[in-house]
Parts: sequence; structure tokens; C-alpha cells
Amino acid sequence: MQRLDTEGMARRVAQDIPDGAYVNLGIGMPTQVANYVSGDRHVIYHSENGILGVGPAPAPGEENPDLINAGKQFVTLLPGGCYFDNADSFAMMRGGHLDIAVLGAFQVSSTGDLASWATNDLSEPPAVGGAMDLAVGARRLYVLMKHCTRDGEPKILTECEYPLTGKGVVDRIYTDLAVLEVTPRGLQVLELVAGNTLAEVQAVTGTRLLPPPA
Amino acid sequence: MINKVCSSMAEAISVVKDGDVVMIGGFGSSGIPLELIEALRRHGPKDLTIISNNAGVAEEGIASLLRDGMVRKVVCSFPRSRGSVWLQRRFREGSIEFELVPQGTLGERIRAAGAGLAAFYTPTAYGTRLAEGKETRLFNGRGYVMETALHADVALIRGEKGDAWGNLTYNTAGRNFNPSMAMAARITIAEVKQIVEVGDLDPESVVTPGIFVDTVVLQEGLINATA
Repeated sequence: MQRLDTEGMARRVAQDIPDGAYVNLGIGMPTQVANYVSGDRHVIYHSENGILGVGPAPAPGEENPDLINAGKQFVTLLPGGCYFDNADSFAMMRGGHLDIAVLGAFQVSSTGDLASWATNDLSEPPAVGGAMDLAVGARRLYVLMKHCTRDGEPKILTECEYPLTGKGVVDRIYTDLAVLEVTPRGLQVLELVAGNTLAEVQAVTGTRLLPPPA
Repeated sequence: MINKVCSSMAEAISVVKDGDVVMIGGFGSSGIPLELIEALRRHGPKDLTIISNNAGVAEEGIASLLRDGMVRKVVCSFPRSRGSVWLQRRFREGSIEFELVPQGTLGERIRAAGAGLAAFYTPTAYGTRLAEGKETRLFNGRGYVMETALHADVALIRGEKGDAWGNLTYNTAGRNFNPSMAMAARITIAEVKQIVEVGDLDPESVVTPGIFVDTVVLQEGLINATA
């Protein structure tokens, strides 16, 4: 099967980030989406620790130790950007002020349930951060993840097996094999990565897929 | 005359007692009152409850309090930063209580305490494990979880500039939890990089009004000094 690499996946999501959007990018792969949003689109990035207008990494030696993103990496502030406290930052999320959030996930269900914060391993202290707030709050929630685990197990299932981050919160799933939309009728294939058939992608998906629109 | 400036970290921190609930500002490595935490470690109270977004990394900050056995309970949202070894060790050996709170709920519980609210309903965590055992309610067909205010005996926060009235500014994203925590504790102690004359701060730039702050103390280089 044809698989997009990490850059290809980030590029595909970037195509769907419209001009003027307020966007929160999750830790890890989602952060890379910003690298591929077309320069003619004006997108304002939100960071949960209290930044609107997050810019690229600073030049070496120019780091401000307090100016970091949610992934604890040094960042800069673009002209027009601003700072605010935690309570305001999460009011932006829960209050429905962010247009799009892009998060990674362990599993997503056919009804848009998201599992991204914990496995069933109870030996480590669990960590959730801001994922549950983003999940319920962003107007559109996009998941960016590999279609299957490293062992080839499907991550898109009828029901999530891992603890939920949010119930019925995901709008769209971008994987290395396809783009899927969560609809009231089920998971609708919007696109298949070129060279793949619906049957091939269905075979590595743990729930029934609705065929792409004709 | 109001003068909230304290001349030393050791004196400022001496109000913390065994069993106190202590809020500590900061997010990741940003905006943490590291010198106040070091002063607290040297002061040495036991059975503390620590409320903070993270739980320290390596031997730094909150991790040093966990290492030295001063902590009975941790309330936080993200204890799994790379190198958070002391929280993991204490968790595995079962020697601390641990309460995980989604970050926005943590912040709002703190803000609610400071704003005189007993509780609120949030859509965050509805239908998840973190809502188990909590009161839930539907508003306009959507599910919400009731969360209660989170108070503290002492808040340790970090500002950039402070004055004798307790007015504070912050450095960029170092603001994070510091302003809300300043409101939610019986006693708030602010570590600052610079103390300025009353009237020197542009009133439009004051983020934390002095009414929320009890003590302002200048950084004195405690972290690099030998313990």
C-alpha cells in the first residue's frame, strides 16, 4: 500500500487550514503542520500556555527561557501576537473561540470518540494536560495519526479500547492512508492516498468505512 | 504605609507549615518560582499538598520536594514531562496521593477559588474516566461535569517586576498559572526579577493587582548557591 510519510501527512492537513483561522496544534506530529501552511494564508496559532501568534523557533542564542510552546520547545511571538494567563487560554478553548485543533491519537471510534491520553497501563502516573479541553472546545477537531499501530493493529475502531479523551468530539481523521470524515451515518472516506483501494484501507480499519463520494 | 517587600527568601517562605496546601506557578520550564521552591525545600515542612501544572523534572523544582519526602499529595495535569523521575518513583512506590486534573479544569478550579465561586460545570472530561464519581448534568442537551473550587494555604508565584504594593508584571508566557494562583491562596508570595518604586509600573501593564499579593521578594541567586 502507498503510505504518506510524516511530512506528507502534515502537508495534507495544512491544505485544509483556511486563511484567517485560529488554530491549536497538538504536541508531536501536529506541530509540524505549521511548516506547510501556504504563506499566502494568515493563520494565528494558539498555544495552551498562553500565547496567540506563535512564531517559529528562535535563532540559537535568542531564546527567551519563558517563551515556550505546549511541547516545551522555545518559540517566538509574531507581530500582533499576545500573552494571557491559563484561565483565559482555556476559556478560548472551551468557549468555542478556536476554529481548529489538530491532535494526535491512540485510537478514534466510528462515532468520533477520541482516546489520546492514556493506555491501560496503570504503572505510570497518567498525564492529560490540555487535550480534554481542546477536544470539547475547538469548533473543528482534526486527528492526525498513523492508520495503524507499529504492530499493524488498527487505530480506527467501532469502539475505543483505551480511556477516552472526549466522546463524539472528532470531526476528521488524517492518516498515512486516507482522509476520513466522522458523519452521523459513520466514517466517510473523503480521500484515499493515491494508489490505494477502498478494500485495502478497509482491511486495516477496525470499523466499516463508507465509500468516497462519487 | 504598605510595604509587601520581604528582604529574604528564607523569611518569606517561613509562613509555610506542615500539612499546608501549596500552589506553585509555572508551565513546563516557564514562569516557575524556582528560588521560592528552593527556599521551601530548605525550610523543610512535611506532608505538603502541591498543586501545579507539572511535577518537576530531574532534581529541579517540585521534583526536589518529592525527592526530599516533603510531599503527601500532588494535584496536577501533566506529570510526565521527560525526566519527571521523582514523581514516577513516588507514584510507583505508592508513597504519595495523586490527583490528575485536565489542565483547563485545574486552572478554572483555581480561578473559581480566587473569585469566590464554590463550583462550576465544565464540558471537559464529560463521558471520560476523569469524570467518574462526579456530579454531571445536561444543559441544552450537552453534558457537563461539576468541578469544585481549589483553594490553597500558600501560593508561590513568579513575576517579572513587582512593587511594594504587590503589583506584578510577567515575562511573556511565564504568566501561565501565576495570576490565578495569586488569587486562590490565603497567602501569596511572589518571586520577582526586579523590584520597582510604587508608581513606576505602567498601570495598563499590571497583570496581577497588588490586592492578590501578600509578599514580594527579589530573586537572590539561591538556585546556583550551594544548599
